[in-house]
Amino acid sequence: MSIATRSLPRTIGAHAILLTYTAIALFPVILVIMNSFKSRAGIFGAPLTPPTPKTFDLIGYTTVIGQGDFFHYFQNSLVVTVGSLFFVLLFGAMAAFALSEYRFRGNTLMGLYLALGIMIPIRLATVAILQLMVASGLVNTLTALILVYTAQGLPLAVFILSEFMKQVSDDLKNAGRIDGLSEYTIFFRLVVPLVRPSMATVAVFTMIPIWNDLWFPLILAPSEETKTVTLGAQLFLGQFVTNWNAILAALSLAILPVLILYVIFSRQLIRGITSGAVK
Amino acid sequence: MAAEIRPKRPFRWHIAVFLAPAVLVYTAIMILPLAGTLQLSLFRNIEQHQVFVGLDNFRTLFGDPNWSVNFWNALRNNVWFFIIHMLVQNPIGVLLAALLSSPRLRFSAFYRTAIFVPTILSFVIVGFAWKLILSPLWGVAPHLMDFVGLKSLFTPWLGKEQYALTALSLVSVWQFIGIPMMLIYAALLSIPDEVLEAAECDGITGMSQFWKIKLPLILPSIGIISILTFVGNFNAFDLIYTAQGALAGPNYSTDILGTFLYRAFFGFQLQVGDPNMGATIATIMFLIILGGVCVYLFLIQTRLRRYQF
Repeated sequence: MSIATRSLPRTIGAHAILLTYTAIALFPVILVIMNSFKSRAGIFGAPLTPPTPKTFDLIGYTTVIGQGDFFHYFQNSLVVTVGSLFFVLLFGAMAAFALSEYRFRGNTLMGLYLALGIMIPIRLATVAILQLMVASGLVNTLTALILVYTAQGLPLAVFILSEFMKQVSDDLKNAGRIDGLSEYTIFFRLVVPLVRPSMATVAVFTMIPIWNDLWFPLILAPSEETKTVTLGAQLFLGQFVTNWNAILAALSLAILPVLILYVIFSRQLIRGITSGAVK
Repeated sequence: MAAEIRPKRPFRWHIAVFLAPAVLVYTAIMILPLAGTLQLSLFRNIEQHQVFVGLDNFRTLFGDPNWSVNFWNALRNNVWFFIIHMLVQNPIGVLLAALLSSPRLRFSAFYRTAIFVPTILSFVIVGFAWKLILSPLWGVAPHLMDFVGLKSLFTPWLGKEQYALTALSLVSVWQFIGIPMMLIYAALLSIPDEVLEAAECDGITGMSQFWKIKLPLILPSIGIISILTFVGNFNAFDLIYTAQGALAGPNYSTDILGTFLYRAFFGFQLQVGDPNMGATIATIMFLIILGGVCVYLFLIQTRLRRYQF
């Protein structure tokens, strides 16, 4: 690289811009978490300072844990996300294997058919999905959500996974065939372990929109029993408009699990994006 | 011989087994309901019966003042929402990615991770957090503006008709900036060193290197980001709903197609839900998105030259 790209003012300028933007990106998150640990007077008196012994107060958290059934909502979200993720990965990998491994009539057409869902959002089908769920008695069940999210996640999963499965060596699979392995064994025992890293990428991509979705829980499963954490937080925040301690605590409780997961998986996620898996 | 070969290739059941679950779920939960929704837009519920009315629902939507005022308003707002995204999100995304990809930049992993944080948060968190920050009650925003001496410029943006939509668009940009940044960053990293070295040999460095060499090479990524933004924006709902409620206040000034669809289909307060009109609006959204995707696939993508390294 030339000297021009390494000069000091340039580097300082780059850091200044990036730091400024990092501050903009993190400021609201830090502000909310910081103030959730303060008393009401502290929140309004000095919103920008971290909690001091004088303003430290957990009243918000006690209200939230006492009032909202957050643990239950959290459990629902977990069931829905893990359930959908399992089916997206299993069905998606199977279909991707069929499309990338075998040549059969209608292969390309089938690929295009499945890819349609990448661009057309499933939300547009809501009216008929609700009718379908009402007819099959699945309204207000977590099954309805799992089914919808599985359908929503499949197109992208099939698309990404089939790109990766094309890279699995043919010799390996043929060696398996010569050894008398069935096609199913080849898929589950040889191919799946080899594409596991790309499946992790797909998992992260699929997980975030499912966990954060508000639309389908609101329409398909709004009952107390089946509320997800996103919907629960939304309704809770609506009820406690004037109780700032409770709102800030609820927001922090909603942010923290996602943030922790993100810190653990960010390497995977960012590698997934930058490896060009999503084109 | 042919007669002998044929029985050797019987129907390969395993292909069907591999494909069946995905195709069944996808068709039953996505494609058929989508088709069903499009079909519902051609019917109307008259005395508990679905009656075929042709394009009457669309005529109502475009022409009947009860619907058309809200519809055109939502469409206009949605277009503005998209324009703000394109004008703000892409340049900032390109700038951040260009800075991040400069060689031997320290802490780049930290910046990358931190700037991506808002993207993983749910709309509920983002909407509410910004609502609190911009609220005149709390005073964080005026307080901050005081630091730079701009306190007099503060108004409760989310509560004013002329600013609310722009403010929310910027919040949405704040949330999603990570995606264009990452995709462009990936594209910049994939430019081989030989190309850049050749440019340097020809004396093209610094800014002109960015404009003349790198930018043309990342145009396909910018195209993809634009179409992703388009689809996302014309399908948006959650942020507006959490920040301003289903009525998309103040006075419908932040109403976009997603919130309009929700009110029409599900009903809100005094308005009774109407699945057929909901389906009609969904059909319009479908056509808009399909149109955008087609423009991208047939007009933009074919003209952008992809460079294979």
